[in-house]
Amino acid sequence: MLVLSGILVVIVGFVAGLNPLLVVTVAGFVTGLAAGIDPAAVLADFGHAFITSRYVAIVWLVVPVIGLLERAGLRERAHTLIGHVHAATVGRLLIVYMLFRQLTAAVGLTSIGGHAQMVRPLIAPMAEAAEENLGPIDEETRMTIRANAAAVDNIGVFFGEDIFIAIGSILLIKGVLQQSGITVQPTDLAVWAIPTAILAFIIHGARLLLLDRRLKQARERRS
Amino acid sequence: MIGLEYVYILAGLMFGAFAVQHALDRANPHRWRSAVFWGAYAVSFLFGSHLPDTVNGAIVLVMVALAGIGGLRPGAVRSTTTEQRVASAARWGNLLFVPALIIPAVAVLGTLFLKYVTIGGAPLVDPAQVTVISLALGVICALIVGLAILRPPPTAPLHEGRRLIDSVGWAAVLPQMLAALGALFALAGVGKVVATLVTDYVPMTSSFVVIATFTIGMALFTIVMGNALAAFPVMTAGIGLPLIVTQFHGDPVVVSALGMLSGFCGTLMTPMAANFNIVPAALLELKDRYGVIKVQVTTGLLLLICNTLLMYFFAFPR
Repeated sequence: MLVLSGILVVIVGFVAGLNPLLVVTVAGFVTGLAAGIDPAAVLADFGHAFITSRYVAIVWLVVPVIGLLERAGLRERAHTLIGHVHAATVGRLLIVYMLFRQLTAAVGLTSIGGHAQMVRPLIAPMAEAAEENLGPIDEETRMTIRANAAAVDNIGVFFGEDIFIAIGSILLIKGVLQQSGITVQPTDLAVWAIPTAILAFIIHGARLLLLDRRLKQARERRS
Repeated sequence: MIGLEYVYILAGLMFGAFAVQHALDRANPHRWRSAVFWGAYAVSFLFGSHLPDTVNGAIVLVMVALAGIGGLRPGAVRSTTTEQRVASAARWGNLLFVPALIIPAVAVLGTLFLKYVTIGGAPLVDPAQVTVISLALGVICALIVGLAILRPPPTAPLHEGRRLIDSVGWAAVLPQMLAALGALFALAGVGKVVATLVTDYVPMTSSFVVIATFTIGMALFTIVMGNALAAFPVMTAGIGLPLIVTQFHGDPVVVSALGMLSGFCGTLMTPMAANFNIVPAALLELKDRYGVIKVQVTTGLLLLICNTLLMYFFAFPR
């Protein structure tokens, strides 16, 4: 029971709005100590776990390239491109991107997309431009559009990737069941990801169309 | 053989360059704070594999202290103005998209084909790390093409990269910290305690209660751990297999596939999945750190209900 105190630290820390790095470190030490590991060993365990998790940060290698392209006007160009498409709305544009992300992830192409590579330089400016085609936008609207652009990237990849048979989560399921003496085929698991993928598209797509309606109402209130 | 270590050295050099820029930024009164933070991170990439675990732990503590107490400040921005960017965008047009699209193109092609490349019988790249190595390769190709087309000052990529990483700040390190916390949780046996709690206190009388406990448990556990892959083995061993499959004769394929997807619903709702939910808020310069999560919660909850119903109706063959 005592080892759960780390979880409590995380919840209290996040709710209180403390710096997450600090919260996570304290939670790690509390958990380790509660499990009866001595402080020096907890420090070593934490260091070891941090070093073996470095692959998580490799995505940051893209920042010099994206920064360079932003310097040359990439976001402005993405903005102009959508400025010429009069049928574009925030919701429609993000639905198209979500579908693209689901379909590419379903065939294993999860590396197409991502917040640093695609959403910040391309998708977010395009979505903002789609709304700006229709009139000036305030800061709050801009924030809403950006948050929605980030969300479709997540929803698209989460509910697309499990249709691909060689993705980590499918292989993990196969491995866990194998340990209990149950053999399953990745293709059978992947088939059962399809209903949820379709529902995710319908549910979030509908919410994006509702977002379009909310944006329209806000425009009419302003004018 | 090209392994992960080469990519880490590349990342270490990049973060080292960011640290040097901060150290030279005399206009920033807090320059040493940022310089030491990114410098320590660079050290962990360059030498982490060879340093003792305790030293690596101490490096983490230094970074946490700098970021957590006082915080990091962005350094001086050396970039183009909005007017210059608009002019440049008009000049280069759609050519600007080429380097941006090279990154995913090379990453995908590399992931598909690099594992077959051998030199003298040995594989050229570590087959287990081919995705990460292909991404790094994509970045290098895109950088070369970008520099060839745009011909900016040679230091521009490092200045611009530092500008971007400054806008993300400490959040850039959070996903890795959370992965480390997950490993510590596993070491301390947090998962087993949670599974025991759930099975002890929820009355497992009907198949619907068991299934709802499993799907909601997957989502809740993922919210706590930040990762559905960490929740799945624990919940499956605690509820999925012994109760749904063995006791109620559920189909293990349907149960596990939809169980994992229920975990993904949890991922949409938690700051613990920082790389998906907190980092983009920083990257897009949102005012609300939880702005992305707030958009996703409704979709996550609705899909969790869908997964629960799908499992209830299709897990029991009739």
